[in-house]
Amino acid sequence: MKRAFLILAVLSIALLGFATYEGLFVAPTEQTMGDVQRIFYYHVPSAWTAFLLFFLNFIASVLYLIRGNDFADRFAKWIAVLVGVAGCIAAFAIKPMPYGIEPSSVATTALAITGIYFLIRKYFPDERTDVLALVAAEVGVVFCTVVLVTGPLWARPVWGIWWTWDIRLTSTLVLWLIYVSYLALRRFSTSGQTPSIAAALAVFGALDVPLVYFSIWIFRTQHPQPVIGGGGSIDPRMLHILLINWLAFLSFAALLCWARYQLEILHRKVEETHALEALLEPEGKR
Amino acid sequence: MNSIHYLKAAYAATWIIHLTYISILYRRYRRLRREIDQLKGK
Repeated sequence: MKRAFLILAVLSIALLGFATYEGLFVAPTEQTMGDVQRIFYYHVPSAWTAFLLFFLNFIASVLYLIRGNDFADRFAKWIAVLVGVAGCIAAFAIKPMPYGIEPSSVATTALAITGIYFLIRKYFPDERTDVLALVAAEVGVVFCTVVLVTGPLWARPVWGIWWTWDIRLTSTLVLWLIYVSYLALRRFSTSGQTPSIAAALAVFGALDVPLVYFSIWIFRTQHPQPVIGGGGSIDPRMLHILLINWLAFLSFAALLCWARYQLEILHRKVEETHALEALLEPEGKR
Repeated sequence: MNSIHYLKAAYAATWIIHLTYISILYRRYRRLRREIDQLKGK
């Protein structure tokens, strides 16, 4: 276990170093924006990683809420299968897709939802779903913070303003605020119901993720059109380096989640020991 | 400010955020280790 963690750490550092070098020195310079466009290689992969982590938090929260209820469990299982099947059918049947969305990205997303649901269900049973939900939200907030900081630093020289209240930027800020509230609730509430309340909040919070993602397809915004999946276009060399950067950030996010997950498990064991100790202490000592 | 400074600031900010989070995790780990040592000592 320790060895696998070290291998992932070395792999992440190597990938991040290589991806940063490619983004800064190898990627072609964008004609209108110049070198500042290279922020894109950190900004976009961080956003995708944050969305993925919030999605993991959503699935884990749903699984936590329905645990112990056989009917809800079976219902959720069928919904997960249905999403995968419906996504694949829609990708083949609806031509052309609305807003220029690529059919392959619809099918891939739908199959990923089904796959992730069953993977979490199998490998994170009982209380571990709650730990996974907490970890995914926390690391997701870190990546979302990177998005909210690098975005204005890119906007200022290109748009001439740090911030504008358009739907993409505002919904991203709202998403960040929802998950910060989620973490604050987990941190400061001492009620035994906290994980369930937080899971319910996460389910509603996750509704903002598709709004953020599809806002640039549906609404007219200041934010540029999507570079892959439909709508926009990108130089193949830039796309290649963008995907290397995403792989590097995914690997780094997995490393952070692993460390935080182990820490949370350890924390819960210590809390349990403290609780047991308090119970076993003689009456006079308490 | 030259546009290259914004690029440098964005890359630096990204790593400052990640390194801050890693240091928070490390501090939590050290606090837990201390608690575990105390529990073992009892």
